[in-house]
Amino acid sequence: MNKIKCALIGSGNIGTDLMFKLLRSDVLEPVWMVGIDPNSDGLKRARDKGLKVTHEGVDGLLPHVEADGIQIAFDATSAYVHAENSRKLNELGVFMVDLTPAAIGPLCVPPVNLGDLAKATPMNVNMISCAGQATIPIVSAVGAVQSVEYAEIIASLSSKSIGPGTRANLDEFTFTTSNAIEKVGGAKKGKALAIINPADPPMIMRNTIYCEVEGEPDREAITRSVKDMIAQVQKYVPGYKLVNGPDFDGNRVAVFMEVAGLGDYLPTYAGNLDIMTAAAARTAEMFAERILDGSMELKKLEPAQ
Amino acid sequence: MTSESVIQQKVKSGLEGRKVKLHDMSLRDGMHAKREQIPVEMMVKIAKGLDAAGVPYMQVTHGAGLGGNSIQHGRALASNAEYISAVAEVVKQAVISVLLIPGLGTMKELEEAYQCGARSVHVATHCTEADTSPQHIAFARKLGMDASGFLMMSHLNSAEGLTEQALLMESYGANTVYVTDSAGAMLTHEVTHAISMMRDALKPETEIGFHGHHNLGLGIANSIAAIGAGATRIDASLAGLGAGAGNAPIEVLAAVCDRMEIETGSDTFALMDLAEDVVVPFTDHVVRADREALTLGFAGVYSTFLLPAKRAGERFGIPARDILVELGRKKMIGGQEDMIQDTAMTMARQRGLLKESA
Repeated sequence: MNKIKCALIGSGNIGTDLMFKLLRSDVLEPVWMVGIDPNSDGLKRARDKGLKVTHEGVDGLLPHVEADGIQIAFDATSAYVHAENSRKLNELGVFMVDLTPAAIGPLCVPPVNLGDLAKATPMNVNMISCAGQATIPIVSAVGAVQSVEYAEIIASLSSKSIGPGTRANLDEFTFTTSNAIEKVGGAKKGKALAIINPADPPMIMRNTIYCEVEGEPDREAITRSVKDMIAQVQKYVPGYKLVNGPDFDGNRVAVFMEVAGLGDYLPTYAGNLDIMTAAAARTAEMFAERILDGSMELKKLEPAQ
Repeated sequence: MTSESVIQQKVKSGLEGRKVKLHDMSLRDGMHAKREQIPVEMMVKIAKGLDAAGVPYMQVTHGAGLGGNSIQHGRALASNAEYISAVAEVVKQAVISVLLIPGLGTMKELEEAYQCGARSVHVATHCTEADTSPQHIAFARKLGMDASGFLMMSHLNSAEGLTEQALLMESYGANTVYVTDSAGAMLTHEVTHAISMMRDALKPETEIGFHGHHNLGLGIANSIAAIGAGATRIDASLAGLGAGAGNAPIEVLAAVCDRMEIETGSDTFALMDLAEDVVVPFTDHVVRADREALTLGFAGVYSTFLLPAKRAGERFGIPARDILVELGRKKMIGGQEDMIQDTAMTMARQRGLLKESA
């Protein structure tokens, strides 16, 4: 079967984990990995897997985009450089999947809004954050039953799974995730909290979702809706698991989740990597299928004046 | 303003003449002990008293700091901006500080606190995660604020590890770095060891602070040990009002400093009066090393977990001490309050008390 050729920008934890997922895809083929450090572990692994690599950043990739037929690029660098990377690649007609908190394109949580987004044919979609991917489906599932006045999520991440980029920019993570809880999750007000836990052996990623609903919660309907949604997410993240809840206390619904990863790059405790990369891969596959069947055409975006 | 001690030291401590800045925590850590329910008027009253007693720094925010108003950390009676503004209006000499835990509070909220009158900040990270604080420390310094790096749950790191983390915070611009005994689990010789090592490694102009909790009854002893090892800033609170068994009681600390001829610049009798006449009648429970608070210190658990663990224990029929020990075993840290209910539910199911299975 024909596959859409892809480039990975960023050779850190996320980019490297994503590469392993793309290597298994039926419709995507990772061809390039872009880094900035020639000695990075990510670039070394990419080379071992037969990818072309450059350590000269996105500019090292640009001259090869057309010749190598790159149509989709994943950006796993940082919010600060993403806009520039996206502009350069969009000009060459490359569709961007943004895994940074830059969020210049529409926000995407596959089981919630990928279907709608794919019809809109944007040139850039944003994957929010690992915490957003792990919690927004639940907020949305509660919201499908009753209006969510306020949603608050707490993501506990193992220290070993958090790279320097995320560490130095926690505010961006907080803002992007809080915003997405409202925009995609449908809560009237959203708040996101992140905790980095250094326990050794590392703790598996945990997420708690609190929703305050309008009126008395319909316990049965909410429980059913949440469990259905969990099954949806499990299709692409098998380690997405309900630990406790839904628990009802007044108008407050509490859901306690755990996310174990597949162990592609970092061990299974780093479910935060998996849920982000699996969501990005699923999103790209959806667009790739549309490119392959001719229902989506990638256009070169004119440089901004 | 130091009160004259009526009795002389029989043997000199060697700390005579040391200058120490007291940093009051009643209106921040004390919020935990009051389930975040301190009215603005009470904050103003206590702040006036502290200011008049010559206490140079006082922290004013939700117990979890900026961004703390939440389901996770409880909702306070007023916003941080309201609390800070009200206190800023009445203090004459004291510097108002705030707590900021990256991942919860943001630079946006720090700027707002600054505009309300805060001029000092504790930027707090877990004791191994200092590298989540560079943005916030740098931003505080850019605003012209006094910035402390606050290494929470310090008992979970070695002296070498704490020193390494302190150097990182210093490199981001922190002018003070704290050893923060959030669990009240540090022993006196451990405080001495950690602060001595930090003192040798940090620049001479970088100050060292100590923030104690009284869970093992060592709040004062550890603070004095910290001063002995070179700390010049000590966090404490009126009648110990704070999470767990509370902080080092500031009136007791001031009295001990007077006896030891350590200069705090604060009026000990005024602090004693404020603690006894204003704070103690206002407390909901006696802040002391009761069974659960002692468990925090013994098992090395974040002091703030105390009251939520008691609540979850009652709701799910599990003794709070069992929950706290389990949280300690799972190495849960500050900010993971959601894991208290989660742990209580899991334990309740294991004990056949909770049918509903996930």
